Amino acid sequence: MIRAENLTKYYGTVRAVEDLTMEVFDGTILGFLGPNGAGKTTTMRMLTGYTTPTKGRAIIEGLDIQKEPLRAKRLIGYLPEIPPLYPELKVSSFLNFVAEVKGLHGKRKKQEVERVISQAGLEKVALRRIRNLSKGYRQRVGIAQALLGDPKVLILDEPTIGLDPKEIVEIRSLIKSLGGERTVILSTHILQEVTSVCDSIAIINEGRLIEFGKIEEVQQKYGSASLEEIYISAISRGGEA
Amino acid sequence: MRNMWAIAKKELKIYFSSPTAYIVISLFLLLAGFMYYVIISNFSLLSLRAGNNPYFSSHLSLNQSVYIPFFSNAAVVLLLLLPILTMRLFAEEKRQRTEELLFTLPLTNTQIIIGKYIAAVVVLTVMLVATAPYVFYPFFITKPELAPVLTGYLGLFLLGASFISFGLFASSLTENQIVAAVFSFAILLLLWLIYWLTYVTSSMGGFLRFISFFGHFDNLSKGVVDTADLAYYVSFTLVGLFLTYAVLEVRRWWR
Repeated sequence: MIRAENLTKYYGTVRAVEDLTMEVFDGTILGFLGPNGAGKTTTMRMLTGYTTPTKGRAIIEGLDIQKEPLRAKRLIGYLPEIPPLYPELKVSSFLNFVAEVKGLHGKRKKQEVERVISQAGLEKVALRRIRNLSKGYRQRVGIAQALLGDPKVLILDEPTIGLDPKEIVEIRSLIKSLGGERTVILSTHILQEVTSVCDSIAIINEGRLIEFGKIEEVQQKYGSASLEEIYISAISRGGEA
Repeated sequence: MRNMWAIAKKELKIYFSSPTAYIVISLFLLLAGFMYYVIISNFSLLSLRAGNNPYFSSHLSLNQSVYIPFFSNAAVVLLLLLPILTMRLFAEEKRQRTEELLFTLPLTNTQIIIGKYIAAVVVLTVMLVATAPYVFYPFFITKPELAPVLTGYLGLFLLGASFISFGLFASSLTENQIVAAVFSFAILLLLWLIYWLTYVTSSMGGFLRFISFFGHFDNLSKGVVDTADLAYYVSFTLVGLFLTYAVLEVRRWWR
Protein backbone atom coordinates (compact mmCIF):
# COMPACT_ATOMS: atom_id res chain seq x y z
CA MET A 1 0.00 0.00 0.00
CA ILE A 2 1.16 3.51 -0.83
CA ARG A 3 -0.03 6.52 1.12
CA ALA A 4 0.78 10.10 0.22
CA GLU A 5 -0.05 12.57 2.98
CA ASN A 6 -0.15 16.24 1.99
CA LEU A 7 2.88 15.80 -0.24
CA THR A 8 4.19 19.21 -1.23
CA LYS A 9 7.29 20.18 -3.14
CA TYR A 10 8.55 23.65 -3.91
CA TYR A 11 11.71 24.38 -5.85
CA GLY A 12 12.48 27.79 -4.47
CA THR A 13 9.20 29.59 -5.09
CA VAL A 14 8.17 27.34 -7.95
CA ARG A 15 5.43 24.94 -6.97
CA ALA A 16 5.87 21.42 -8.30
CA VAL A 17 3.34 19.54 -6.15
CA GLU A 18 0.86 20.99 -3.68
CA ASP A 19 -0.82 19.13 -0.86
CA LEU A 20 -1.26 15.80 -2.63
CA THR A 21 -3.04 13.16 -0.57
CA MET A 22 -3.98 9.73 -1.86
CA GLU A 23 -4.10 6.12 -0.79
CA VAL A 24 -3.34 3.33 -3.22
CA PHE A 25 -4.34 -0.09 -1.89
CA ASP A 26 -2.74 -3.48 -2.49
CA GLY A 27 -3.62 -5.02 -5.81
CA THR A 28 -4.33 -1.65 -7.41
CA ILE A 29 -2.79 -0.61 -10.70
CA LEU A 30 -3.06 3.15 -10.71
CA GLY A 31 -2.69 5.19 -13.89
CA PHE A 32 -1.14 8.53 -13.07
CA LEU A 33 -2.21 11.13 -15.63
CA GLY A 34 -1.54 14.77 -16.22
CA PRO A 35 0.00 17.20 -18.69
CA ASN A 36 3.77 17.57 -18.95
CA GLY A 37 5.10 19.51 -16.00
CA ALA A 38 2.03 18.77 -13.86
CA GLY A 39 4.15 17.17 -11.12
CA LYS A 40 3.85 13.46 -11.93
CA THR A 41 7.58 12.81 -11.92
CA THR A 42 8.12 14.91 -8.80
CA THR A 43 5.37 12.99 -7.00
CA MET A 44 6.88 9.66 -7.99
CA ARG A 45 10.29 10.86 -6.89
CA MET A 46 8.89 11.80 -3.49
CA LEU A 47 7.19 8.41 -3.16
CA THR A 48 10.47 6.61 -3.91
CA GLY A 49 12.52 8.79 -1.57
CA TYR A 50 14.65 10.36 -4.29
CA THR A 51 13.20 13.81 -3.67
CA THR A 52 12.67 15.12 -0.16
CA PRO A 53 9.22 16.69 0.14
CA THR A 54 8.97 20.27 1.33
CA LYS A 55 5.99 19.15 3.40
CA GLY A 56 4.01 15.96 3.92
CA ARG A 57 4.92 12.28 4.04
CA ALA A 58 5.17 9.35 1.68
CA ILE A 59 4.36 6.02 3.33
CA ILE A 60 5.16 2.69 1.71
CA GLU A 61 3.58 -0.36 3.39
CA GLY A 62 3.35 1.61 6.63
CA LEU A 63 6.96 2.85 6.49
CA ASP A 64 7.76 6.54 6.15
CA ILE A 65 10.25 6.74 3.29
CA GLN A 66 12.11 9.66 4.86
CA LYS A 67 12.29 8.19 8.36
CA GLU A 68 13.01 4.55 7.49
CA PRO A 69 14.48 4.88 4.01
CA LEU A 70 16.33 1.54 3.91
CA ARG A 71 13.39 -0.62 4.96
CA ALA A 72 10.93 1.26 2.77
CA LYS A 73 13.18 1.33 -0.30
CA ARG A 74 13.57 -2.43 -0.11
CA LEU A 75 9.85 -2.73 -0.92
CA ILE A 76 9.94 -0.51 -4.01
CA GLY A 77 10.80 -1.21 -7.61
CA TYR A 78 11.26 2.06 -9.43
CA LEU A 79 11.63 2.88 -13.09
CA PRO A 80 12.54 6.58 -13.44
CA GLU A 81 11.55 8.68 -16.43
CA ILE A 82 14.99 8.21 -17.98
CA PRO A 83 16.00 4.56 -17.48
CA PRO A 84 19.00 4.68 -15.13
CA LEU A 85 21.55 2.51 -16.89
CA TYR A 86 25.33 2.31 -16.89
CA PRO A 87 26.21 2.21 -20.60
CA GLU A 88 29.57 0.54 -19.94
CA LEU A 89 28.06 -2.50 -18.22
CA LYS A 90 26.62 -5.63 -19.73
CA VAL A 91 22.91 -6.18 -19.14
CA SER A 92 23.61 -9.16 -16.88
CA SER A 93 26.27 -7.35 -14.80
CA PHE A 94 23.93 -4.40 -14.36
CA LEU A 95 21.08 -6.63 -13.18
CA ASN A 96 23.45 -8.52 -10.89
CA PHE A 97 24.56 -5.24 -9.34
CA VAL A 98 20.99 -4.12 -8.66
CA ALA A 99 20.09 -7.57 -7.32
CA GLU A 100 23.01 -7.51 -4.87
CA VAL A 101 22.09 -4.08 -3.59
CA LYS A 102 18.51 -5.29 -3.15
CA GLY A 103 19.91 -7.96 -0.84
CA LEU A 104 19.85 -10.96 -3.17
CA HIS A 105 22.89 -13.21 -3.13
CA GLY A 106 24.05 -16.58 -4.37
CA LYS A 107 21.42 -18.86 -5.85
CA ARG A 108 18.52 -16.48 -5.22
CA LYS A 109 20.30 -13.71 -7.06
CA LYS A 110 20.89 -15.98 -10.06
CA GLN A 111 17.25 -17.10 -10.10
CA GLU A 112 15.90 -13.57 -9.78
CA VAL A 113 18.14 -12.19 -12.51
CA GLU A 114 17.12 -15.03 -14.81
CA ARG A 115 13.47 -14.46 -13.98
CA VAL A 116 13.48 -10.74 -14.80
CA ILE A 117 15.55 -11.33 -17.94
CA SER A 118 12.86 -13.66 -19.25
CA GLN A 119 9.99 -11.45 -18.00
CA ALA A 120 11.37 -8.42 -19.79
CA GLY A 121 12.38 -10.47 -22.83
CA LEU A 122 16.10 -9.73 -22.54
CA GLU A 123 17.49 -13.22 -23.24
CA LYS A 124 19.05 -12.19 -26.55
CA VAL A 125 20.87 -9.16 -25.18
CA ALA A 126 21.84 -10.36 -21.69
CA LEU A 127 25.54 -10.38 -22.53
CA ARG A 128 25.58 -7.20 -24.60
CA ARG A 129 26.78 -3.87 -23.28
CA ILE A 130 23.92 -1.49 -22.48
CA ARG A 131 25.64 1.19 -24.60
CA ASN A 132 24.93 -0.91 -27.73
CA LEU A 133 21.23 -1.51 -27.04
CA SER A 134 18.31 0.07 -28.84
CA LYS A 135 16.02 2.47 -26.99
CA GLY A 136 13.37 -0.23 -26.57
CA TYR A 137 15.80 -2.69 -25.04
CA ARG A 138 17.17 -0.03 -22.70
CA GLN A 139 13.65 0.68 -21.51
CA ARG A 140 13.16 -3.05 -20.91
CA VAL A 141 16.40 -3.27 -18.91
CA GLY A 142 15.03 -0.41 -16.82
CA ILE A 143 11.82 -2.35 -16.23
CA ALA A 144 13.76 -5.54 -15.45
CA GLN A 145 15.80 -3.83 -12.71
CA ALA A 146 12.59 -2.51 -11.15
CA LEU A 147 11.16 -6.05 -11.03
CA LEU A 148 14.22 -7.52 -9.28
CA GLY A 149 13.50 -8.81 -5.81
CA ASP A 150 9.77 -9.01 -6.50
CA PRO A 151 8.95 -5.69 -4.77
CA LYS A 152 5.50 -5.15 -3.27
CA VAL A 153 5.32 -1.66 -4.72
CA LEU A 154 6.13 -0.75 -8.31
CA ILE A 155 6.48 2.85 -9.43
CA LEU A 156 6.92 3.17 -13.16
CA ASP A 157 7.42 6.54 -14.83
CA GLU A 158 6.21 6.19 -18.43
CA PRO A 159 7.17 2.53 -18.76
CA THR A 160 6.18 2.09 -22.41
CA ILE A 161 7.85 5.19 -23.82
CA GLY A 162 10.20 4.41 -26.69
CA LEU A 163 8.87 0.92 -27.25
CA ASP A 164 7.53 -0.36 -30.56
CA PRO A 165 3.85 -1.44 -30.76
CA LYS A 166 4.63 -5.11 -30.18
CA GLU A 167 6.83 -4.34 -27.19
CA ILE A 168 4.13 -2.04 -25.81
CA VAL A 169 1.61 -4.88 -25.87
CA GLU A 170 4.09 -7.23 -24.18
CA ILE A 171 5.05 -4.78 -21.45
CA ARG A 172 1.41 -3.87 -20.81
CA SER A 173 0.45 -7.47 -20.30
CA LEU A 174 3.49 -7.89 -18.06
CA ILE A 175 2.42 -4.93 -15.92
CA LYS A 176 -1.15 -6.21 -15.84
CA SER A 177 0.07 -9.59 -14.61
CA LEU A 178 1.97 -7.84 -11.81
CA GLY A 179 -1.22 -6.59 -10.14
CA GLY A 180 -2.74 -9.03 -7.66
CA GLU A 181 -0.72 -8.66 -4.47
CA ARG A 182 1.29 -5.68 -5.56
CA THR A 183 0.60 -1.99 -5.70
CA VAL A 184 1.54 -0.41 -9.01
CA ILE A 185 1.62 3.25 -9.97
CA LEU A 186 2.39 4.05 -13.58
CA SER A 187 2.45 7.41 -15.23
CA THR A 188 1.59 7.74 -18.88
CA HIS A 189 0.28 10.02 -21.57
CA ILE A 190 -1.46 7.22 -23.40
CA LEU A 191 -5.05 7.05 -22.18
CA GLN A 192 -5.58 3.79 -23.97
CA GLU A 193 -2.86 2.30 -21.79
CA VAL A 194 -4.80 3.30 -18.70
CA THR A 195 -7.98 1.62 -19.98
CA SER A 196 -6.18 -1.58 -20.84
CA VAL A 197 -3.93 -1.90 -17.79
CA CYS A 198 -5.17 0.14 -14.84
CA ASP A 199 -8.14 -0.16 -12.52
CA SER A 200 -7.76 3.26 -10.91
CA ILE A 201 -6.70 6.68 -12.06
CA ALA A 202 -5.26 9.83 -10.59
CA ILE A 203 -5.27 13.02 -12.61
CA ILE A 204 -2.91 15.77 -11.59
CA ASN A 205 -2.58 19.29 -12.95
CA GLU A 206 -0.33 22.14 -11.88
CA GLY A 207 0.77 20.15 -8.86
CA ARG A 208 -2.72 19.43 -7.55
CA LEU A 209 -4.59 16.14 -7.51
CA ILE A 210 -7.80 16.76 -9.46
CA GLU A 211 -9.39 13.37 -9.80
CA PHE A 212 -8.69 10.13 -7.99
CA GLY A 213 -10.48 6.80 -7.75
CA LYS A 214 -11.52 3.61 -9.49
CA ILE A 215 -11.99 4.14 -13.21
CA GLU A 216 -15.69 3.13 -13.17
CA GLU A 217 -16.42 5.40 -10.22
CA VAL A 218 -14.76 8.36 -11.87
CA GLN A 219 -16.56 7.61 -15.11
CA GLN A 220 -19.91 7.47 -13.29
CA LYS A 221 -19.18 10.84 -11.75
CA TYR A 222 -18.76 12.28 -15.22
CA GLY A 223 -21.86 10.54 -16.56
CA SER A 224 -20.07 7.60 -18.18
CA ALA A 225 -17.89 9.82 -20.30
CA SER A 226 -14.83 8.44 -22.04
CA LEU A 227 -11.45 8.75 -20.39
CA GLU A 228 -10.41 11.44 -22.89
CA GLU A 229 -13.40 13.59 -22.07
CA ILE A 230 -12.80 13.14 -18.35
CA TYR A 231 -9.13 14.01 -18.74
CA ILE A 232 -9.77 17.16 -20.78
CA SER A 233 -12.50 18.39 -18.48
CA ALA A 234 -10.48 17.63 -15.34
CA ILE A 235 -7.42 19.42 -16.70
CA SER A 236 -9.32 22.53 -17.75
CA ARG A 237 -11.16 22.60 -14.44
CA GLY A 238 -7.88 22.21 -12.58
CA GLY A 239 -6.37 25.07 -14.56
CA GLU A 240 -9.02 27.45 -13.28
CA ALA A 241 -8.63 26.47 -9.64
CA MET B 1 29.46 -4.36 4.00
CA ARG B 2 28.03 -6.36 1.12
CA ASN B 3 26.41 -3.26 -0.32
CA MET B 4 29.69 -1.36 -0.25
CA TRP B 5 31.34 -4.21 -2.05
CA ALA B 6 28.52 -4.31 -4.63
CA ILE B 7 29.13 -0.62 -5.36
CA ALA B 8 32.90 -1.11 -5.49
CA LYS B 9 32.50 -4.04 -7.88
CA LYS B 10 30.22 -2.02 -10.13
CA GLU B 11 32.69 0.87 -10.24
CA LEU B 12 35.58 -1.46 -10.98
CA LYS B 13 33.64 -3.08 -13.80
CA ILE B 14 32.97 0.35 -15.28
CA TYR B 15 36.61 1.37 -14.83
CA PHE B 16 37.85 -1.69 -16.65
CA SER B 17 35.20 -1.77 -19.37
CA SER B 18 35.93 1.82 -20.37
CA PRO B 19 39.36 3.21 -21.26
CA THR B 20 39.67 5.21 -18.00
CA ALA B 21 41.47 2.69 -15.82
CA TYR B 22 43.71 1.45 -18.64
CA ILE B 23 44.72 4.96 -19.62
CA VAL B 24 45.43 6.10 -16.07
CA ILE B 25 47.36 2.93 -15.20
CA SER B 26 49.43 2.87 -18.40
CA LEU B 27 50.21 6.59 -18.32
CA PHE B 28 51.30 6.21 -14.72
CA LEU B 29 53.56 3.30 -15.64
CA LEU B 30 54.94 5.19 -18.62
CA LEU B 31 55.76 8.34 -16.64
CA ALA B 32 57.00 6.59 -13.51
CA GLY B 33 59.03 4.15 -15.61
CA PHE B 34 60.59 6.97 -17.58
CA MET B 35 61.56 8.80 -14.40
CA TYR B 36 62.94 5.64 -12.86
CA TYR B 37 64.96 4.91 -15.98
CA VAL B 38 66.55 8.37 -16.06
CA ILE B 39 67.27 8.35 -12.33
CA ILE B 40 68.82 4.90 -12.26
CA SER B 41 70.82 5.45 -15.47
CA ASN B 42 72.22 8.59 -13.96
CA PHE B 43 73.07 6.66 -10.82
CA SER B 44 74.90 3.93 -12.74
CA LEU B 45 76.97 6.57 -14.59
CA LEU B 46 77.79 8.10 -11.24
CA SER B 47 78.87 4.73 -9.79
CA LEU B 48 81.04 4.07 -12.83
CA ARG B 49 82.84 7.36 -12.36
CA ALA B 50 83.17 6.74 -8.63
CA GLY B 51 84.77 3.35 -9.27
CA ASN B 52 88.33 4.63 -8.79
CA ASN B 53 87.47 6.87 -5.86
CA PRO B 54 86.81 4.68 -2.78
CA TYR B 55 85.70 7.63 -0.61
CA PHE B 56 83.11 8.79 -3.12
CA SER B 57 81.86 5.29 -3.91
CA SER B 58 81.38 4.45 -0.22
CA HIS B 59 79.02 7.44 -0.04
CA LEU B 60 76.90 6.37 -2.97
CA SER B 61 73.56 5.06 -1.83
CA LEU B 62 70.86 3.59 -4.00
CA ASN B 63 68.27 4.61 -1.42
CA GLN B 64 69.44 8.23 -1.36
CA SER B 65 70.03 8.72 -5.05
CA VAL B 66 67.37 6.53 -6.64
CA TYR B 67 64.47 5.64 -4.38
CA ILE B 68 63.89 8.99 -2.68
CA PRO B 69 63.81 10.98 -5.93
CA PHE B 70 61.79 8.24 -7.62
CA PHE B 71 59.08 8.24 -4.96
CA SER B 72 58.72 12.00 -4.91
CA ASN B 73 58.47 12.09 -8.70
CA ALA B 74 55.92 9.27 -8.69
CA ALA B 75 53.92 11.27 -6.13
CA VAL B 76 53.68 14.16 -8.57
CA VAL B 77 52.47 11.79 -11.28
CA LEU B 78 49.75 10.57 -8.90
CA LEU B 79 48.73 14.17 -8.34
CA LEU B 80 48.34 14.56 -12.09
CA LEU B 81 46.50 11.32 -12.80
CA LEU B 82 44.30 10.46 -9.82
CA PRO B 83 41.87 13.35 -10.47
CA ILE B 84 41.25 11.71 -13.87
CA LEU B 85 40.43 8.48 -12.10
CA THR B 86 38.04 10.01 -9.58
CA MET B 87 36.33 12.60 -11.79
CA ARG B 88 33.57 10.32 -13.03
CA LEU B 89 32.58 8.72 -9.72
CA PHE B 90 29.69 11.05 -8.87
CA ALA B 91 29.65 13.47 -11.79
CA GLU B 92 28.82 10.73 -14.28
CA GLU B 93 26.01 9.32 -12.09
CA LYS B 94 24.47 12.75 -12.21
CA ARG B 95 24.95 13.28 -15.93
CA GLN B 96 23.64 9.82 -16.86
CA ARG B 97 20.79 10.21 -14.35
CA THR B 98 21.76 6.92 -12.73
CA GLU B 99 21.83 8.63 -9.36
CA GLU B 100 18.07 8.36 -9.43
CA LEU B 101 18.59 4.60 -9.21
CA LEU B 102 21.45 4.82 -6.74
CA PHE B 103 19.52 7.01 -4.31
CA THR B 104 16.30 4.99 -4.50
CA LEU B 105 17.96 1.62 -3.92
CA PRO B 106 18.24 0.48 -0.29
CA LEU B 107 21.69 2.04 0.18
CA THR B 108 23.04 4.57 2.64
CA ASN B 109 25.13 7.50 1.45
CA THR B 110 28.03 6.12 3.48
CA GLN B 111 27.87 2.79 1.63
CA ILE B 112 27.84 4.58 -1.72
CA ILE B 113 30.78 6.82 -0.83
CA ILE B 114 32.95 4.09 0.69
CA GLY B 115 32.16 1.69 -2.17
CA LYS B 116 33.29 4.22 -4.76
CA TYR B 117 36.32 5.11 -2.67
CA ILE B 118 37.35 1.45 -2.42
CA ALA B 119 37.10 1.01 -6.20
CA ALA B 120 39.48 3.90 -6.88
CA VAL B 121 41.86 2.71 -4.15
CA VAL B 122 41.95 -0.74 -5.82
CA VAL B 123 43.01 0.89 -9.10
CA LEU B 124 45.65 2.90 -7.21
CA THR B 125 46.97 -0.34 -5.69
CA VAL B 126 47.20 -1.93 -9.13
CA MET B 127 49.18 1.09 -10.33
CA LEU B 128 51.64 0.90 -7.47
CA VAL B 129 52.08 -2.87 -7.54
CA ALA B 130 52.78 -2.72 -11.27
CA THR B 131 55.90 -0.62 -10.61
CA ALA B 132 57.29 -3.25 -8.22
CA PRO B 133 59.17 -5.36 -10.84
CA TYR B 134 61.55 -2.58 -11.78
CA VAL B 135 61.65 -0.90 -8.41
CA PHE B 136 62.73 -4.14 -6.73
CA TYR B 137 64.99 -5.27 -9.55
CA PRO B 138 68.16 -3.69 -8.02
CA PHE B 139 67.62 -5.95 -5.00
CA PHE B 140 68.80 -8.87 -7.16
CA ILE B 141 72.09 -7.12 -7.95
CA THR B 142 72.97 -5.26 -4.81
CA LYS B 143 71.74 -4.68 -1.28
CA PRO B 144 69.82 -1.44 -0.83
CA GLU B 145 67.88 -0.94 2.38
CA LEU B 146 64.44 -2.52 2.10
CA ALA B 147 62.58 -0.60 4.81
CA PRO B 148 62.75 2.87 3.16
CA VAL B 149 61.46 1.38 -0.10
CA LEU B 150 58.49 -0.16 1.67
CA THR B 151 57.71 3.03 3.56
CA GLY B 152 58.06 4.89 0.28
CA TYR B 153 55.34 2.72 -1.17
CA LEU B 154 53.27 3.21 1.97
CA GLY B 155 53.70 6.95 1.49
CA LEU B 156 52.59 6.79 -2.14
CA PHE B 157 49.59 4.70 -1.15
CA LEU B 158 48.48 7.01 1.65
CA LEU B 159 49.06 10.06 -0.50
CA GLY B 160 47.09 8.53 -3.36
CA ALA B 161 44.26 7.49 -1.03
CA SER B 162 44.01 11.09 0.22
CA PHE B 163 43.96 12.40 -3.34
CA ILE B 164 41.15 9.96 -4.12
CA SER B 165 39.03 11.07 -1.16
CA PHE B 166 39.38 14.67 -2.29
CA GLY B 167 38.71 13.76 -5.93
CA LEU B 168 35.52 12.02 -4.80
CA PHE B 169 34.44 15.24 -3.08
CA ALA B 170 35.20 17.28 -6.21
CA SER B 171 33.18 14.84 -8.29
CA SER B 172 30.19 15.13 -5.98
CA LEU B 173 30.03 18.88 -6.61
CA THR B 174 29.35 18.85 -10.34
CA GLU B 175 27.96 16.83 -13.19
CA ASN B 176 30.86 17.84 -15.42
CA GLN B 177 33.78 15.44 -15.21
CA ILE B 178 36.29 17.97 -16.51
CA VAL B 179 35.28 20.49 -13.87
CA ALA B 180 35.67 17.80 -11.21
CA ALA B 181 39.14 16.83 -12.45
CA VAL B 182 40.42 20.38 -12.79
CA PHE B 183 39.02 21.40 -9.43
CA SER B 184 40.56 18.48 -7.56
CA PHE B 185 43.87 18.86 -9.39
CA ALA B 186 44.10 22.58 -8.60
CA ILE B 187 43.21 22.22 -4.94
CA LEU B 188 45.55 19.27 -4.43
CA LEU B 189 48.39 21.17 -6.09
CA LEU B 190 47.70 24.14 -3.87
CA LEU B 191 47.75 21.92 -0.78
CA TRP B 192 51.00 20.41 -1.97
CA LEU B 193 52.70 23.76 -2.51
CA ILE B 194 51.19 25.69 0.36
CA TYR B 195 54.43 25.29 2.33
CA TRP B 196 55.99 27.77 -0.15
CA LEU B 197 54.32 30.45 1.95
CA THR B 198 56.87 29.70 4.65
CA TYR B 199 59.49 31.31 2.39
CA VAL B 200 57.73 34.65 2.53
CA THR B 201 56.10 34.64 5.95
CA SER B 202 57.43 33.60 9.29
CA SER B 203 54.09 33.26 11.03
CA MET B 204 52.14 30.02 10.82
CA GLY B 205 55.18 28.25 9.41
CA GLY B 206 54.55 25.13 11.45
CA PHE B 207 50.89 25.08 10.56
CA LEU B 208 51.50 25.55 6.83
CA ARG B 209 54.09 22.81 6.83
CA PHE B 210 51.63 20.60 8.65
CA ILE B 211 48.74 21.00 6.21
CA SER B 212 50.98 20.63 3.14
CA PHE B 213 51.30 17.16 1.62
CA PHE B 214 54.94 17.76 0.98
CA GLY B 215 56.66 17.34 4.33
CA HIS B 216 54.61 14.33 5.36
CA PHE B 217 55.46 12.46 2.21
CA ASP B 218 59.13 13.42 2.45
CA ASN B 219 59.49 11.64 5.80
CA LEU B 220 57.97 8.42 4.54
CA SER B 221 60.05 8.32 1.37
CA LYS B 222 63.16 8.68 3.55
CA GLY B 223 62.06 5.71 5.63
CA VAL B 224 60.86 7.70 8.64
CA VAL B 225 57.49 6.47 9.86
CA ASP B 226 56.03 9.11 12.13
CA THR B 227 52.54 8.58 13.53
CA ALA B 228 51.91 12.28 12.95
CA ASP B 229 52.33 11.72 9.20
CA LEU B 230 50.09 8.66 9.19
CA ALA B 231 47.50 10.56 11.21
CA TYR B 232 47.74 13.40 8.71
CA TYR B 233 46.87 11.16 5.77
CA VAL B 234 44.11 9.36 7.61
CA SER B 235 42.56 12.66 8.71
CA PHE B 236 42.88 14.11 5.24
CA THR B 237 41.07 11.10 3.80
CA LEU B 238 38.35 11.29 6.43
CA VAL B 239 37.85 15.00 5.77
CA GLY B 240 37.50 14.31 2.02
CA LEU B 241 34.98 11.53 2.63
CA PHE B 242 33.07 13.61 5.14
CA LEU B 243 32.84 16.58 2.75
CA THR B 244 31.46 14.21 0.10
CA TYR B 245 28.90 12.95 2.60
CA ALA B 246 27.89 16.51 3.44
CA VAL B 247 27.43 17.34 -0.24
CA LEU B 248 25.20 14.29 -0.79
CA GLU B 249 23.10 15.15 2.26
CA VAL B 250 22.66 18.77 1.23
CA ARG B 251 21.89 17.87 -2.37
CA ARG B 252 19.03 15.66 -1.18
CA TRP B 253 17.08 18.86 -0.59
CA TRP B 254 17.70 20.14 -4.09
CA ARG B 255 16.47 17.21 -6.08
